[in-house]
Amino acid sequence: MSKSLRNVLIPILAVILGLIVGAIIMLISGYSPILGYTALWNGIFGDLYTIGETIRQITPYLLAGLAVAFAFKTGLFNIGVEGQLIVGWFAAAYVGFSFELPMYLHIPLAILAAGLAGGLWAFVPGILKARLGVNEVVVTIMMNYIALHITNALIRAIAGKDTSERIHETASLRNTFFEEITDYSRLHNGIFLALIAVVVIWFILEKTTLGFELKAVGFNQDASKYAGMNVKKNIVISMVISGFLAGLAGATEALGTFEYVSTKGGMTGIGFDGIAVAILGANNPLGVIFGATLFGALKYGSLNMPNEAGIPEEMVSIIIAIIIFFVACGFIFQLFLDKLSKKKEVK
Amino acid sequence: MSLLDTIAFVFYNALFYAAPLIFTGLGAVFTERSGVTNIGLEGIMQVGAFTAILFNLFYADVFGSMTIWTAILVSMVVSAIFSLLLAVASITFRADQIISGTALNMLAAGLTIFLVKMIFGKGQTDMATEINSRFNVPVLKDIPVIGPIFFQNVYITSYLAILAAIIGWVIIYKTPFGLRLRAVGEHPMAADTMGINVNRMRYIAVMISGGLGGIGGAIFAQSFSMDYSHSTISGQGFMAIAAMIFGKWNPLGMMGAAIFFGFAQSLSTIGSNLPVIKDIPNVYLFILPYVLTVFAIAGFIGKSVAPKAINTPYIKGSR
Repeated sequence: MSKSLRNVLIPILAVILGLIVGAIIMLISGYSPILGYTALWNGIFGDLYTIGETIRQITPYLLAGLAVAFAFKTGLFNIGVEGQLIVGWFAAAYVGFSFELPMYLHIPLAILAAGLAGGLWAFVPGILKARLGVNEVVVTIMMNYIALHITNALIRAIAGKDTSERIHETASLRNTFFEEITDYSRLHNGIFLALIAVVVIWFILEKTTLGFELKAVGFNQDASKYAGMNVKKNIVISMVISGFLAGLAGATEALGTFEYVSTKGGMTGIGFDGIAVAILGANNPLGVIFGATLFGALKYGSLNMPNEAGIPEEMVSIIIAIIIFFVACGFIFQLFLDKLSKKKEVK
Repeated sequence: MSLLDTIAFVFYNALFYAAPLIFTGLGAVFTERSGVTNIGLEGIMQVGAFTAILFNLFYADVFGSMTIWTAILVSMVVSAIFSLLLAVASITFRADQIISGTALNMLAAGLTIFLVKMIFGKGQTDMATEINSRFNVPVLKDIPVIGPIFFQNVYITSYLAILAAIIGWVIIYKTPFGLRLRAVGEHPMAADTMGINVNRMRYIAVMISGGLGGIGGAIFAQSFSMDYSHSTISGQGFMAIAAMIFGKWNPLGMMGAAIFFGFAQSLSTIGSNLPVIKDIPNVYLFILPYVLTVFAIAGFIGKSVAPKAINTPYIKGSR
């Protein structure tokens, strides 16, 4: 069985199994899976408004998933997407409401600020990993909470309350055309930003020397070093670009969906769902589109489940977690698929 | 407040906040020592907290004042079973430990709130009535100076946590089981050739961590929130992992770190009553444990070295 075929088959099998297990859980809990999945479907595709909102939900998932996937390619596990997203969200909103600029400067500046904030947040674990060999997983988890508490304190210091003022219209990603065709959903131009990012990251990874080096470091650090690559530099670059993407995800929330920033009692969850997106997408930029579309749609669609079927929307979080378990246990699928293909060969 | 009162006040609050961290951190020590990272401790604490509150609400009239202790035991069992998911995925199916731990966290967060909504029809449970309360240690409380600080108005959970950490230290460093545990985490192949069943040791370690994390979650919920909602456990599991790293994978070091983190946490809530502390903005107290952990793991405060075989499934026969 070829590796690329396996990369496609395992996620699809995992999704199907995840939905089946979800149906079983609904049955055990006394709910009707048919009603539940119908409500989920309607929550995603029900009318123009829900379709618009679904695409809006997919936007930050694309960027967060891309951030995790990009770091994975260099062998780095960026669990800190959550924190990088939070600082990016704050930075974009801050530029959005405190500066007065013409639109063609304001939007790029706000987006850039978000990316740089996220990149800076990822630079810390990156440099610690490169210079001192410190495990990036632990550092990024700690950085998440540092981000949460610092941005909360900054928002309170600047706004004097738990919600900042709205960003100026010149920084908004609002798209009146989208609003009209989707019955005034919050779908915004951020989706273009996310799709451009996917293409750019694909290009970097597949068509540039930098991408080749990053992947080489991910495969084998010693061999990369022997071949004359600067392993430490590549680790830092990979983390910073990953953080930059996570920051952009925060920008789409700040400039598109919410148009403000507020204090948070806990994590947004988008960063952790980004891990799920990357894993389902086999850490491939195109796979990320698949993962983000699926999980973004499920997540938004789930909001309809309590109204229409009386099922708590957390059902979908359970299904997503189960899907990730199945993908993570790919080893078992692989054995199974290998056995299948061997049997065929014998015949 | 007199100086003695102030010291006693700060001390028991620090220990009060530290107790759940010590139990969960001890769980982290056990699993990491066997070579399995358990990022899922956050989720395990959620399961423990949820189970404890549920048990507390439904059986308070059966068990009376013993409710919180039975609830803690039930949480321990349920969480240990829940942690089996991580063990099966990362040990038997050789899934990436970080990924399966993350999935465990997602599952716990989703499942507990799903059940809360199913049972209570709203986003949080009712308030538990039987809660962790203070008591005076007989005899010892009358010792001058030491008595008021250590033995009056204390929470029994704090002392149980300290006792657990000491027992954990003895088990890991002074028993054959502990030696095997450490061997499996440092050099599984060598352990295997000596006849130790690597995967069985790891299963046991993960389940111990699940049980201890469940106890931590149960104590936290019955001491602080009294109900269960999505924000009941927000970062305590990760902070326990931080305490383990800060304490260099040693139960006693972890306990010291957890008490210090508990101290920082308690200051952010009780600090407004204390001179000097009340002038420090809360945010510094909130981020202190996390910043210190980054420093500790970076080697600025002594060197923290993880067990060698961490994050790698053991595959018999591979080199």
